[in-house]
Amino acid sequence: MALDASEIQTIEHDVLVIGAGGAGLRAAIECSAQKLSTGVISKSLLGKAHTVMAEGGMAAAMGNVDERDNWKIHFRDTMRGGKFLNVWRMAELHAKQAPERVHELEEWGAVFDRTKEGKISQRNFGGHRHPRLAHVGDRTGLELIRSLQDHGVHQGIDFHMECTALELLKDGDRIAGVLAYWRETGRFVVFRCKAVILCTGGGGKAWKITSNSWEYTGDGIAMAFEAGAELMDMEFTQFHPTGMVWPPSVRGTLVTEGVRGDGGILKNSEGKRFMFGYIPEKFAAETADTVEEANRWLTGDKTARRPPELLTRDEVARSINAEVKAGRGSPHGGVFLDIASRQPADFIKRKLPSMYHQFKELAEVDITTDPMEVGPTLHYFMGGVRVDADSQMSTVPGLFAAGECGAGLHGANRLGGNSLSDLIVFGKLAGTGAADYVRGLSSTPKATDDQIVAGVRRATDILKRDSGTNPYVLHEKLTETMQANVGIIRVKDELEKALHDLEGLKKEAETIKAPGTSQYNPGWHEALSMKSLLITSEIVARAALTREESRGAHTRNDFPGEREEWVKYNVIVKKGANGAVEVEKRERPEPPPRLKEIAYAKIEDLESGKVAGDL
Amino acid sequence: MAKRNFRVWRGDAKGGEFKEFTVDVGTGMVVLDVLHKIQADEANDLALRWNCKAGKCGSCSMEINGKPRLSCMTRMNSFGPDETITVQPLKTFPVIKDLVTDVSWNYVQNKRIPKFKPRPREADGTHRMYQEDVDRVQEFRKCIECYLCQDTCHVLRDRDGKDTFIGPRFMIRVASLEMHPLDSDDRIPELKKEFGSGMCNITRCCTEVCPEHIGITDNGIIPMKERVVDRFYDPVAILGRKLFGIRRRTKTRSEEGK
Repeated sequence: MALDASEIQTIEHDVLVIGAGGAGLRAAIECSAQKLSTGVISKSLLGKAHTVMAEGGMAAAMGNVDERDNWKIHFRDTMRGGKFLNVWRMAELHAKQAPERVHELEEWGAVFDRTKEGKISQRNFGGHRHPRLAHVGDRTGLELIRSLQDHGVHQGIDFHMECTALELLKDGDRIAGVLAYWRETGRFVVFRCKAVILCTGGGGKAWKITSNSWEYTGDGIAMAFEAGAELMDMEFTQFHPTGMVWPPSVRGTLVTEGVRGDGGILKNSEGKRFMFGYIPEKFAAETADTVEEANRWLTGDKTARRPPELLTRDEVARSINAEVKAGRGSPHGGVFLDIASRQPADFIKRKLPSMYHQFKELAEVDITTDPMEVGPTLHYFMGGVRVDADSQMSTVPGLFAAGECGAGLHGANRLGGNSLSDLIVFGKLAGTGAADYVRGLSSTPKATDDQIVAGVRRATDILKRDSGTNPYVLHEKLTETMQANVGIIRVKDELEKALHDLEGLKKEAETIKAPGTSQYNPGWHEALSMKSLLITSEIVARAALTREESRGAHTRNDFPGEREEWVKYNVIVKKGANGAVEVEKRERPEPPPRLKEIAYAKIEDLESGKVAGDL
Repeated sequence: MAKRNFRVWRGDAKGGEFKEFTVDVGTGMVVLDVLHKIQADEANDLALRWNCKAGKCGSCSMEINGKPRLSCMTRMNSFGPDETITVQPLKTFPVIKDLVTDVSWNYVQNKRIPKFKPRPREADGTHRMYQEDVDRVQEFRKCIECYLCQDTCHVLRDRDGKDTFIGPRFMIRVASLEMHPLDSDDRIPELKKEFGSGMCNITRCCTEVCPEHIGITDNGIIPMKERVVDRFYDPVAILGRKLFGIRRRTKTRSEEGK
């Protein structure tokens, strides 16, 4: 049967934002403020994006709780946490602009927890030298998304809910639109636009144990790859140290780092506070080495150093993994996270209400009296679409990326709290970047019909087949191989095993079959997302195989420790001429001297203003 | 593992019926886990919404054994060992398919509420607010928009009053603005004349179903109704305003425009 592209619904915008989490909403608000016709599509209903799950807070050096804090220290913490693989300029922009973005949220209705002086309160978090995270109890993500949503709906943005992007459309090199479908009806829609901003998050759903929701299928990463954009740092997948481990149905669900920020400690089955045995050399000078000193820190003693439970996430996740492997784990294969013995019950309920609720309802554990059982869970992609630091434009003209699906800010490991601030800082910059690009266009790009027809056919074939692979079973197989072979500790043989398995799964995916009609059919939706999941998984595995060292969230058992040589390189991935995943080890540019000076400065010199950096 | 019986409503706007499923249920499972199992093994196209699976996003609202609940927070061991579990879509909103309903009306209501209008920032470029002054507002802002309160509200559910009342979710959203220390707008006229605050007869059913345990009725709706009464019906307050010349907006925006 002939398929006529002109019969497919068409919607026109200047800019289409894909994804309605924090980055997508902030980008859309900016585009709209720049007088562009702006559309947002989201797989879920508005306000349900994964941002809503963010708990602890957003990092911004406002110095409300400790006046010694400033952007330079935030920048230094971010670079050190990222093992110096971050894009220097992005880390700078982020640290400098985060405070104003937070104040802007307040201007739009956000109600953060307050200090005694009536300022925005800030909490401690792993890897942050000073209390820095603006927060609302442990539901900061909800506050962020709701504030942006309630402001955004009055800005003339068109929200297209429950609409899933399938592929990017191009006119020559340039972006010309997006092919998508409505989940409710299964009908296709073509968005014709001059620029696209990807705000689609990561691809955690390729792993078995993950804190991510069903939406996290690597759509933006895969679409950008298919459109020819460069991806970067894809080997760095963050395993958050504390996910729930029991009961099985909630395994992986996030337990906020705020528990440790507010005093929670990690213990093994012998009752030992084991993190003291895992302090790496480079953080030793700034980490407490006795229980006594760590306890003084909790009471607010500014001369005490931070407890080792607040080391960066990569360090803590690996330590928990090692304790469990050594046979000192909790009954269900995690370790114990104890806040009950550290803080009074009313404090815990006030500062960590959703954790209290979550454990009470889902695990029947009262965290004000008993410890939690926790273990690592796939949480976040540091890597993603390679973008220009200031405009957030990818290597494809008109294609932008912000938030988790963009790369660069976090390097080899993200600090907790730097994600929500990333969303609002780079969401806005992507909006400005897109507006500049659109204004500079001399002609409107136009996608050809054959791209659209081919995309529609690929999608509908899944429904039309008589029989084939069950999409849920295929997804299950994918998560098993990724969990087993591309996990927290990696080794060449296993990564190659994963790539071998992925080849087989790609074959199976060619005959994937979803029964039923196209109307609100989760089986079909699942089948369609397999393409993104498989592309994303292969890219992660190939990048991981390429980086022959251990750095940040990427740990190679066969190449232990950081290698001096490798800090000079990023792993870049793009689609090769034959359609295959092409991996390149690319030399990084020299950092600007003024930023280098800040990143390597002594903390005291930054606190006292001895290192200027603004010059 | 124990075998449990489920009755799940399947159908669309044109109609449907309950289908029976028998599922192996393991330790710690919630109703959403069971539905996912049915979806993966027996009915790939079973339509339902979910996201966070931890009671934080409010996507998986449905009616379980007749009660509006989040399926991700409804544990299987909260039912009797032989109890059959009946799952159906929210009744107050039109069915799209299976357990998915069209909740777009709620988004329309939200947009009707004029946006936050903060007073100017302090000289240092920031705002000052004190914790004790924002506690109540933060309580309302815990709302995850699951719409269980909208589903159970008699005005919306039984009397089909969607054209007269914005419902409990948006009453507390207005309350969160009205009680916001920085908001400089006057939200009382709309509450009475456009949002239908008088329609609520305080049965507290909305409060009972709220998974976030927000005091919707006592802390939100009742104080809003009192402010409406003070403004429009209290002769002493009206006289006071006339005598002392305290100017407050008593017309809705549409009336002001006339």
